[in-house]
Amino acid sequence: MENLTFENHIASVFDEELEEIRSDLMNMGGQVEQQLEDAVRAICDADSQLAEQVIQRDGKVDKMELAIDEACVLVIARRQPAASDLRLVVAVTRAVADLERIGDEAKKIAKHALELTESGPSPMGYTEVRHLAQSVSQILRNSLDAFARFDADAALVTLEQDKQIDMDYKTALRELVTYMMEDPRSIGRVMSIMWVVRSLERIGDHAKNLCEQVVFIVKGKDIRHSDGH
Amino acid sequence: MAINNDRPIPTQSVGAQFHDNARMSMRDVNIFYGDKQAIFDVSLDIGQNEVMAMIGPSGCGKSTFLRSLNRMNDTIEGCRVVGDIAMDGQDLYDSKLDVVELRARVGMVFQKPNPFPKSIYDNVAYGPKIHGLAESRVDLDEIVESSLRKASLWNEVKDRLHQPGTGLSGGQQQRLCIARAIAVNPEVILMDEPCSALDPIATAKIEELIEELSENFTIAIVTHSMQQAARVSHRTAYFHLGRLIEVNPTEQVFTMPEHELTEGYITGRFG
Ligand SMILES: Nc1ncnc2c1ncn2[C@@H]1O[C@H](COP(=O)(O)OP(=O)(O)O)[C@@H](O)[C@H]1O
Ligand SMILES: [Mg+2]
Repeated sequence: MENLTFENHIASVFDEELEEIRSDLMNMGGQVEQQLEDAVRAICDADSQLAEQVIQRDGKVDKMELAIDEACVLVIARRQPAASDLRLVVAVTRAVADLERIGDEAKKIAKHALELTESGPSPMGYTEVRHLAQSVSQILRNSLDAFARFDADAALVTLEQDKQIDMDYKTALRELVTYMMEDPRSIGRVMSIMWVVRSLERIGDHAKNLCEQVVFIVKGKDIRHSDGH
Repeated sequence: MAINNDRPIPTQSVGAQFHDNARMSMRDVNIFYGDKQAIFDVSLDIGQNEVMAMIGPSGCGKSTFLRSLNRMNDTIEGCRVVGDIAMDGQDLYDSKLDVVELRARVGMVFQKPNPFPKSIYDNVAYGPKIHGLAESRVDLDEIVESSLRKASLWNEVKDRLHQPGTGLSGGQQQRLCIARAIAVNPEVILMDEPCSALDPIATAKIEELIEELSENFTIAIVTHSMQQAARVSHRTAYFHLGRLIEVNPTEQVFTMPEHELTEGYITGRFG
């Protein structure tokens, strides 16, 4: 049961419905990746216009979540999917919730970007943000790729990357605390940066959830809350 | 999931065919109609108080296999059953075994409700009478009432017990047939697509009844409705071209079947 496809149903409309859900999910993933990238760039380039755009576009992500969720409910009602079909539909409804939350975190980052640009340019904490954002974008990209290819092995490898992110997050927090101690005037600013790295760390967790759903689709195992992850 | 049609059909079933507390045990069962083989090497246990669903494409041998469990195949010209079929350790194909008594212990409910052209009362009382289960009229009344109650039919018919059973609705007739099977105190009830002639409400009532009956009886049900198998059974057996492909707990079969042929069938794919 290795090469998972969602085709060849006797009712060919069912194939189309599942394919549509899958491709809508990938679109939403792409949209969310873009939001994350732009939010981080808004901070590092002090680009308030870009930050505004990210905040505005979050509504679109929310709408995508609702539409995909509704499509999943319809498929369940109409087709009573079983086995891999059922696992796909259930996993997609869980995955869109994670993507939506990633979108929310990106929006929070964009809001902090606005605050930071208002308080004037300063490079303090940007290295930490940039570094963490890079690993987080990578894990998100990898988990979406694993989803697109229903590649459980890739998902399991990607899952492990979240541990590195958690470590990087802690390191970043320590650095940021040092900045505050060295220069108490920077506290307000550094607090904003702390919220940003916190959001990035949360995004890593959501990406990890996506990987767990890939494993669920392919292997039928629910590895949420299991040891070691 | 992709179905690889070139893959040969396995001679070995996958999953959990066997049961620690087996009521019926079938080993290496092969069934023939003349020269034509309909069932190949099936081994399976049905547990005590278990509801076992048998599913598969039409013509795969579900009914043939089910009928072998109470020797209904004996009545079919040219049908030959080879292998071991035992209930509580007793060989059901022993030549000394009383087949009429066996069919009381292993009752059967068919696709089309088939009440006798007699009163509701007599439909249920017939079996206990010929098996000498009632010593008096009072006994018989009691058996009739309790059987109709267990079949969830009593409240609907208690005021017209002496009207013909054929005057009932399809769903009621089917429950009457279940009451008739229950009346002779069976251990196992076999059901061959018992709801396929019924509307959704009558079907829901039978399904609820199956759940209740499983407290006292062991049930094997053949159904072409996968949702029905998912709803009523504890384990599900998937048959394909006369072979038992997979047996597993029902929740597993419908969420994560082990064999790709099962997957193909329950997800409605070509195969
Ligand atoms: N009385 C019979 N005589 C000859 N062949 C039969 C008879 N009953 C069933 N068969 C054949 O045995 C195979 C299995 O049939 P059956 O047990 O009725 O399948 P199912 O119940 O799964 O639809 C089919 O190929 C069918 O044609
Ligand atoms: Mg049949």
